[in-house]
Amino acid sequence: MNIHEYQAKSVLAKYGVAVPKGKVADTPAEAEDIAKEFGSPVVVKAQIHAGGRGKGGGIKLARSHDEAREFAKQIIGMNLVTHQTGPQGKRVKRVLVEQASAIRKELYLGMVIDRAVSRVVVMASTEGGMEIETVAARTPEKILKEHVDPAVGLMPFQARKLAFGLNIPPELVGKAVKFMTGLYNAFVDTDCSLAEINPLVITEGGDVIALDAKMNFDGNGLFRHKDIQGLRDFDEEDPTETEASKYDITYISLDGNIGCMVNGAGLAMAAMDMIKMSGGSPANFLDVGGGASTEQVTNAFRLILSDPKVKAILVNIFGGIMRCDVIAEGVVMAVKTLGLKVPLVVRLEGTNVEKGKEILAASKLNIISASDMKDAAKKIVAAAGQAK
Amino acid sequence: MSIWINKNTKVLVQGITGAVGAFHTKQMLEYGTKIVGGVTPGKAGSKVEGVPVFNTVADAVKATGANATVIYVPPAFAADAICEAVDAGVDITVCITEGVPILDMVKVKRYMEGKKTRLVGPNCPGVITPGECKIGIMPGYIHKPGTVGIVSRSGTLTYEAVHQVTMLGMGQSTCVGIGGDPVNGTNFIDVLSAFQNDPKTESVILIGEIGGTAEEEAAAFVKSKMNKPVVGFVAGQTAPKGKRMGHAGAIISGGKGTAAEKIEAFKAAGISVSEAPSDLGITLAKRLGKKVH
Repeated sequence: MNIHEYQAKSVLAKYGVAVPKGKVADTPAEAEDIAKEFGSPVVVKAQIHAGGRGKGGGIKLARSHDEAREFAKQIIGMNLVTHQTGPQGKRVKRVLVEQASAIRKELYLGMVIDRAVSRVVVMASTEGGMEIETVAARTPEKILKEHVDPAVGLMPFQARKLAFGLNIPPELVGKAVKFMTGLYNAFVDTDCSLAEINPLVITEGGDVIALDAKMNFDGNGLFRHKDIQGLRDFDEEDPTETEASKYDITYISLDGNIGCMVNGAGLAMAAMDMIKMSGGSPANFLDVGGGASTEQVTNAFRLILSDPKVKAILVNIFGGIMRCDVIAEGVVMAVKTLGLKVPLVVRLEGTNVEKGKEILAASKLNIISASDMKDAAKKIVAAAGQAK
Repeated sequence: MSIWINKNTKVLVQGITGAVGAFHTKQMLEYGTKIVGGVTPGKAGSKVEGVPVFNTVADAVKATGANATVIYVPPAFAADAICEAVDAGVDITVCITEGVPILDMVKVKRYMEGKKTRLVGPNCPGVITPGECKIGIMPGYIHKPGTVGIVSRSGTLTYEAVHQVTMLGMGQSTCVGIGGDPVNGTNFIDVLSAFQNDPKTESVILIGEIGGTAEEEAAAFVKSKMNKPVVGFVAGQTAPKGKRMGHAGAIISGGKGTAAEKIEAFKAAGISVSEAPSDLGITLAKRLGKKVH
């Protein structure tokens, strides 16, 4: 789960991470009031879940409170397009108004879980403001790394190593250590999967502060963080994906026209691959889960059909613990309740497969049966092609 | 022969009194697995499917001589359950639980350093040595004793491969689902190395997916340390970047972890890559020089 910059900064501030003085504004008038309170100049920043906001015109430096109001008026309600939003962009609902900082130096600080060593890794670089992936590709030697032993947490010596490595002036190293320690504590306390401060800045006044802040959370850890759950912004998410999560179905919208319902993440990905290889294009990834019921199958169908792009549906199930007869009943029920108007290809294999096939045949519904994944992919691509 | 589990493996079920634990206890018993006990704190003295329940893993091990456990507890308690099994000194613990917080697993891995227990999972279908011992949630009847070792990050894709191998009349030595989480107990190399050393395993199917670099590391191992034929598949060739494809670990981040890179690494290591998941069995048969219709 992602949150907005203003939310991340408020979470981090609780852990002693220094952030600029700022407040969020929903209207131009509020932005003006905040600018008056702080004194100019201020920075007006669009709040969306995507990077690259500055280049898209979503971040402006206001030299007066009038300008702050004017910029807020331009930004709130705008459709902000950045390299991370896709061409359709994202509508800005609010802005963060912050006291402007006089910047001496821009740095990078990030934390993620390094899968290769099963530990949190702290990454720091002098190339502040650049995307870390770009730095990693072009000048990997400029990324400093410290792996953290979870038994003791981020040790001060590790933070000092990074701070000196970044050429932070010795008199400010203490502040940098406090900053990094706070960030690490926030990371582990709130079950982050990523925390990124880009840029981390040294100000002319000798402060070490987070000019920007990004936090992503591990969905598996959210159950123990009601406060973080409350920061979720449903407007930033695909509505179908949100709906799916209510039923414990993993759904991801894609660009194609073949709706997919599969059990298991790996098999679902493989089914998408097969569709593509056969010349078609999947409309979604959908993992109906391991213990799906008849009701679950109906919900999955409803989700797939809510996408107007869908011209045909593929059901690919390998019944393990999940029985094929239960799936078949679910499919029949869903087709009857929802009144299916697009071709449906079903491939069943595994537990009670014969019973499942009998149920489908007895239903007299117009279901195209497939013998294996290859056959299913060929049939669904043909069906979608004819439907165009 | 087989790897890690066989007909003599004595298994405890952690979380045996829960609905999922009880259901799979019955399934495993029907398959012939030696389930010698269950563990649910506070439920000692009761029985599930005729199996005695204990308060702690340590009590259960002492009373039954168990050397393996399987975990069906909710995600919030999974890390604790794994550490309890490790503390009790069993040889192998298989964690089926899906949704374990990643940072819990970071702590678990630290706790396990220097200890003898092998962890498989979490978020995995388990381990099975056909005809001898099934520890997990896989449908037992699709398996057949044989000489093909199968290792995978995905549950249902493993079933797909198993089914094809069985249909071609070959059978499996042991099948291991390592799970779809980014931080887990057993990796591809652990399994490949065991297959290489197991006289019963003559060939291997390796099923990977997008995200991380485990497939690349596995390929390097196959190239330098294995002389048994390996067939591979990587799921997610059409997966979009930056999206978690169901499994927490299945994500292409920063342009890394794509299926194309992994397939390339497989091919460079001499692994026969099956373009389609439905061709895994046939690809293996061809690699082994068997005639297929």
